Amino acid sequence: MKLWKTILTAAALVLANGASALAARTDLVIGITLEPPHLDPTAGAAAAIDEVLYANVFEGLTRIGADGEVLPALAESWTISDDGKVYTFKLHSGVKFHDGSDFDADDVKFSLDRARADNSVNAQKGLFAAIDTVEVVDPATVRITLKNPQSSFLYNIGWGDAVIVAPETADTNKEKPVGTGPFKFQNWAKGSSITLIKSDTYWGAPVSLDKAEFRIVPDAAAAVPALLSGDIQAFPFFPDPESVAQIKDDRRFKVVIGATEGETILSINNKKPPFDRLQVRQAISFALDRKAIIDGASAGLGVPIGSHMSPANKAYVDLTGLYPHNVDKASELLKEAGLENGFKATLKLPPPSYARLGGEIIASQLRDVGIDLQIVPVEWTQWLDQVFTKKDYDLTIVSHTEPNDIDIYSRKDYYFNYDNPTFDKIIADLNHTSDEAKRMTLLGEAQKILADDAVVGFLYELPKVGVWDAMLEGFWENAPIQANDLTKVKWTE
Amino acid sequence: MTLRFDIPEENFADILVKAFTNRSFLTGFVITALVAAVAIVSFFWTPFDVTRLIIADKTQAPSPVHWFGTDHFGRDIFSMIMVGARNSIAVALVAVGIGMGVGVPLGALAAARGGVVDEAVMRLNDLVFAFPALLSAIMITAIFGPGALNAIIAIGIFNIPVFARVARAGALAIWPREFILAARAAGKGKALITMEHVLPNIVTLLLVQGTVQFALGILAEAGLSYVGLGTQPPMPSWGRMLFDAQTRMVAAPWMAIFPGMAIVVTVLGLNLLGDGIADILDPKSRRQR
Amino acid sequence: MTAYLLKRLAIALITLVLASMVVFAVLEIIPGDPARLMLGMNASADQVELLRNQMGLNAPLALRYLHWAGGLLSLDFGRSYTYSVPVIDLVRERIVVSLPLALIALALSTIIAIPVGLFSAGRHGRAGDTIAMGAAQLGVAVPNFWFALMLIYLFAVWLRLVPAGGFPGWSAGVWVALKSLVLPAIALALPQAAILARVTRSALIEVLNEDYIRTARAKGLPFRAVLWRHALRNAMIPVLTILGLQFAFLLAGTIIIENVFYLPGLGRLVFQAITQRDLIVVESVVMLLVAAVIAVNLLVDLSYAVVDPRLRSRQ
Repeated sequence: MKLWKTILTAAALVLANGASALAARTDLVIGITLEPPHLDPTAGAAAAIDEVLYANVFEGLTRIGADGEVLPALAESWTISDDGKVYTFKLHSGVKFHDGSDFDADDVKFSLDRARADNSVNAQKGLFAAIDTVEVVDPATVRITLKNPQSSFLYNIGWGDAVIVAPETADTNKEKPVGTGPFKFQNWAKGSSITLIKSDTYWGAPVSLDKAEFRIVPDAAAAVPALLSGDIQAFPFFPDPESVAQIKDDRRFKVVIGATEGETILSINNKKPPFDRLQVRQAISFALDRKAIIDGASAGLGVPIGSHMSPANKAYVDLTGLYPHNVDKASELLKEAGLENGFKATLKLPPPSYARLGGEIIASQLRDVGIDLQIVPVEWTQWLDQVFTKKDYDLTIVSHTEPNDIDIYSRKDYYFNYDNPTFDKIIADLNHTSDEAKRMTLLGEAQKILADDAVVGFLYELPKVGVWDAMLEGFWENAPIQANDLTKVKWTE
Repeated sequence: MTLRFDIPEENFADILVKAFTNRSFLTGFVITALVAAVAIVSFFWTPFDVTRLIIADKTQAPSPVHWFGTDHFGRDIFSMIMVGARNSIAVALVAVGIGMGVGVPLGALAAARGGVVDEAVMRLNDLVFAFPALLSAIMITAIFGPGALNAIIAIGIFNIPVFARVARAGALAIWPREFILAARAAGKGKALITMEHVLPNIVTLLLVQGTVQFALGILAEAGLSYVGLGTQPPMPSWGRMLFDAQTRMVAAPWMAIFPGMAIVVTVLGLNLLGDGIADILDPKSRRQR
Repeated sequence: MTAYLLKRLAIALITLVLASMVVFAVLEIIPGDPARLMLGMNASADQVELLRNQMGLNAPLALRYLHWAGGLLSLDFGRSYTYSVPVIDLVRERIVVSLPLALIALALSTIIAIPVGLFSAGRHGRAGDTIAMGAAQLGVAVPNFWFALMLIYLFAVWLRLVPAGGFPGWSAGVWVALKSLVLPAIALALPQAAILARVTRSALIEVLNEDYIRTARAKGLPFRAVLWRHALRNAMIPVLTILGLQFAFLLAGTIIIENVFYLPGLGRLVFQAITQRDLIVVESVVMLLVAAVIAVNLLVDLSYAVVDPRLRSRQ
């Protein structure tokens, strides 16, 4: 067998054409799991848009760095008034859009006004809610006045939803994105790949790659063979944690396990009986065995959480001990609730493997305490429609990947159907507090309330599993936001 | 009354002797009986509980304890294949039932009435045949929700024209025969003749087609479950097991090999059985020997 | 002859029209508002209503059907809900993958099956026949997606001879593009070849029993010549019928195989469109595939007339 393999491989090498170039490569094929619905980050919530375009094609005034820090981008520097309400940005000069037109303060005003307008289709309009006015001081200076001080403002305008676009091309960005970044859009073969090439007119530090192709590999099953066969050289958000052990053994690849901002939770419809009762939700929390879930759904790579906060966050409070895995306690609580004979419910599962695998495990764990779950697999469009919008669900599993998003529990009409005025008050206070220590206390209280109320089943922080060719460097290890920043990526040797 | 069967000159004993000297039939019969037996046993006993997940035991290689190894949730693959046999057989059987139940009366009707009725049935057949079956099954299950029940219906619908066509062709060959003419002369109505004379004479044809469609049904169910639209967990299904296996082919190849072989063996057994039945009972193939 | 052709043509057209009605009706009853899907979750009821009017979704059913069917005839398939580009563009991008794949698979299946069928029929009842037909039985029983998985791991992962999946596009060079279609084509073709070989064999055996073949042999023609010259030609009818059916099979079979190999073909397009509820794409592609099946079946019907002169006079 071994000999045959050698002979056949040798024959293949002889046959293979064009294996001549030994100079450091400048092209790269990157695997992504979801195809973006379109290519305009200012007009859609899909993370896949940012995964291709953020920091590569489009830039904002600020940008978010590899560890979640705020860095200057199109704004060279800024000053903040003493009352924290007026931000004055000094813009880089000599910046050009990919279509050759110049970038200046008018583009900033246009982009931000467009994003926060009444008829805006921006998916994160909340980011701009604090902005009162955007003024052009001169072509290289922009002044933004806030309605009230907002400690997270510089961070907010670093999101993909806040990138700067040109008025002339804003309407066609969905098909043919035109930005100011180091890469320009070349081609989109629908269902297959999106190709970016180096922009010669880039204002900042030049990038090493000449060409980057984002290839869409929706199946976890296809991801491994595509990597092993060399078709794809990097998979920064690798969809199949279970194969990690196998790929780790292969010296051609580097496997980097980082942190995301993804709180993976068993969402519960808090208004739907019997889940409207605290005992039932607590019983579910006691019935969950987080270790088994992490081992089975994420190959043991996640960190358990006890509330809605990333363990990497400064404000994190460890509440995982509140509901240890305890079947007897869970059964007892169900009995108190008058449900000693158990009950039936549905568990709607979106496509990612953490949900589909985790769902099977959770169904088995809840069956042990008498809760009989029917598993209903749904596609993302159905999930958004049925679960997120219409709240037609009992239980679902999803990872909330937005950073610092504990405030979602205070949003009116959010799909958890959770309503707690005490919690809402804390979030409201938080928005008006800029003192760091005080913020930490408030965030700690918020986490505690959610855990006490067992609003949802808190499972684990989703790991970021990055896999790439061992000769590549410069990828992000963690995922403070869902993006593939290629500006520092290069082939060594 | 001797005219009622197409195989009048043979008695049951003769057929039995032929059956047990026919290699195809014998092999097919043994395999099919074995699969059926495994499915029945799974109702009462499996080596391990297939609904209990023991994550600590995940992806273990085949061993004396777990003959076919364990899957990614620590379930025993041998036990899952046993229960999966039950699922595959049930889906395929009901789908064939739908196809026969609707298709055979349609085909018989078309043959008996001829004319406009015949034309209408045939056009309806053409219509269903124009839809690639798997594509439509995927469409139906995706639209009306994934699950075993919708898979059965989707597969069943595409069995209807197959049986209609076979029943019609078989019946058309019977109608001009003398014993039918005799029955008509005796004043029997078309419906009665169909029941008493035509259908018993095309049973063989239907049986052979039935085994073929049964085998195709098992393949179709596996295909639908493989793309996630068929049987849903926690019920084990062979296609679903292959879906789970595909990402773990290198680390746990047994997860893919055994369910795949279960499908191959079952379908092979059914096809051999069908071939065997055709050999034994079909006068045309008899002539060739 | 002409009457026969006209009748087949008329039947094909009627089937096509009925099929279009079925497709339209099925997708009409699906829950979910395409306008709502296009606008996303944050759109107001007014916006949705406006778009519904723009898209003509509020028109009566019959009118909408006519509009849609009329569009199909002029190759105007509408715009994709998810990609917001004309569906015809998507189809054009994808068909250059699917059509070559199906054709290669069909050719491969024929090239394998006909010689095996001839071989087996020539050795009817002997060991060679038994072995070949045993292999064919096995081939029929193997699910093509499982076979595909095994092929990927043997040839792509273990031996690294061909890519495991994906399609570089024809612009990357014909050879490179063809290489990525090899495994999918084999996975598609082999089970079909097994069926075709069985049909070819039994058709040949049947023909070989006919009187005129016996006469030919009695005249002293060598068996091989009889097999090739007389028997094969007359066995073509069942073989052609199966080939026609197989084309439909291959088109649909590409759905799963294209997903296994993640080839951006029509099958993948329609599968994705179904899961994303991009109904206009589903409608268009399904109609296209149905039309292809009907056209191929019509061609098969017509080729009967060419292959079998008896049929010409009989009709």
